[in-house]
Amino acid sequence: MISWFLRRLGQILPTLLILSFGIFALQQLMPGDPALILAGEERGDPAVLAQIRTELMLDRPLLEQYGHWLWRLLHGDFGFSWRIRVPVAELLMDKLPVTAQLASMSFVIGVAIGVPAGVISAVAKDKPLDWLMNAVALFGISMPNFWLGIMMILLFSVQLGWLPPSGYVPLWEDPWQSLATTIMPAFVLGTGVGSVLMRHTRAAMLGALEQDYIRTARAKGVVERSVIARHALRNALIPVVTLGTIEFGRLLAGAVLTEQIFSIPGFGKLVVDAVFNRDYPVVQGVVLATALIFVALSLVADILYMLINPRLRAA
Amino acid sequence: MSQSSPARRALAALLRHRLAMFGLVVVVLFVAAALLAPWISPADPLATSWAAIRRAPSAAYWFGTDENGRDVLSRVLWGARASLMAGVIAVGGALLIGVPIGLVAGLAGGWLDALISRVADAMLAVPFLILAIALAAFLGPALENAMLAIAISASPVFVRLARGMALEANTTDYAEAARAMGNPPWRTALVHVLPNIAPPLLVQATLSIAEAIIAEASLSFLGLGQQPPAPSWGSMLNSAQRFIENAPWLAIFPGMAIFTLVLALNLLGDGLRDALDPRSARR
Repeated sequence: MISWFLRRLGQILPTLLILSFGIFALQQLMPGDPALILAGEERGDPAVLAQIRTELMLDRPLLEQYGHWLWRLLHGDFGFSWRIRVPVAELLMDKLPVTAQLASMSFVIGVAIGVPAGVISAVAKDKPLDWLMNAVALFGISMPNFWLGIMMILLFSVQLGWLPPSGYVPLWEDPWQSLATTIMPAFVLGTGVGSVLMRHTRAAMLGALEQDYIRTARAKGVVERSVIARHALRNALIPVVTLGTIEFGRLLAGAVLTEQIFSIPGFGKLVVDAVFNRDYPVVQGVVLATALIFVALSLVADILYMLINPRLRAA
Repeated sequence: MSQSSPARRALAALLRHRLAMFGLVVVVLFVAAALLAPWISPADPLATSWAAIRRAPSAAYWFGTDENGRDVLSRVLWGARASLMAGVIAVGGALLIGVPIGLVAGLAGGWLDALISRVADAMLAVPFLILAIALAAFLGPALENAMLAIAISASPVFVRLARGMALEANTTDYAEAARAMGNPPWRTALVHVLPNIAPPLLVQATLSIAEAIIAEASLSFLGLGQQPPAPSWGSMLNSAQRFIENAPWLAIFPGMAIFTLVLALNLLGDGLRDALDPRSARR
């Protein structure tokens, strides 16, 4: 187990190093001179420009710049926002709880829809119910979530007036209002996750139901409900758990457009605003933070996989 | 079995697959709409008319008119161009980048394979859309840059797929035989391995086009893709959002177009997978 963990870390570290270099190198694609953007009104003053270049080390070789950047990163310094002169790390910590709340709610909705639907679909294989569930999942996968968001605003806010169309209230200020402002975006994101999870659960259940131990359980007279819930589902859930963890990471990305539509001040809104303000360090910070979360989640997925699969644990 | 080639059998299986055929027909209709847009559009997609602003759908304007009095149906038809171009060119680019690199990694092995695999891992660690947004942001807002960003973001999937398939194919008897006959490695890769791994690549490409079309619409929605006033479904949805209360048709039709096209591509992709890959019962 420990040697496996070390091997896994040995794979992750180079990946992270390459990732950090890639994100750093994005700057090189940038049109124009960063010093000019930063100088703003004082762009005509060569002394100011020179000072900025020295401060940002823009006059040093690329690799030296990267080394310095990485060193600071390892100390939790993500640079500062060019726009509002606030440390990027502070901005990220500020927005993380918002996106985390949205992603968690979406994930709960996705699991609550996807897993039971997948089980029902597998049990009713090739029957109308299976067909219907598959059709719904395919719709969910093909639906651009920003369009679904707009259509839900049209129905629930404009037509029915049940829910606020946009805005966000933090959970600790007014839990009820917070729920009202996040339930629609969470549902929009949750349907996508639910559709993917439904397909995986169905496939895993079908695989599990073909196994010998299922035949044995049925032969010895175990009630069908128990065969499905205790024998098949428990085994089918093993791959679903790992996939679910990775889907959770993907929710963070899906949140970009959804947050934009519902005006929720999370990661997505942060990155889009930063893009339009040409606030490049913030863009880099968000990309880096999402990637780190994603890598951490896939490690968690691997560990969970080990823990719930006794055969791997023993090995 | 000896009478029909695998390709012919796969085609027959695909033709029997009713949902896939339905998907194919819809995709062909969209392609036709994109190609024939100049002739079948009832109006100029850019022509504004102050006399017909935000008119509801009617016999004169099937899909209504937008906030500048432009005909929504014409803009949806022309918008198919941006979406399909972005889908096909971006995925074509991703194939051109990803497949050769993946083949090299799988066939060469060693440190080169390790390096390529770690780079692909690093790219896959950033969610597709966030990577595309970041690239498009640094490249600057334009449809061409959006396509480039999507192509780069979509390529690691093909690197991984081609690498895995090449590794597997390399241990087969036909690859062994090709090598034994003195074929150089590049020839073994191109002539013997590539055709054998083409079916899964084709399936992935179809599904990736669906993803790329959503990505283009997303980038255009955010203002990072096709620039107004040029028509694109994503940017149409963006401006539609402001008029959702009194002109919902502005949001309904472009969204329907994206949804229908993506659904059709997914049906086609799923059908292709069933037809081409008898082993894959998963997903």
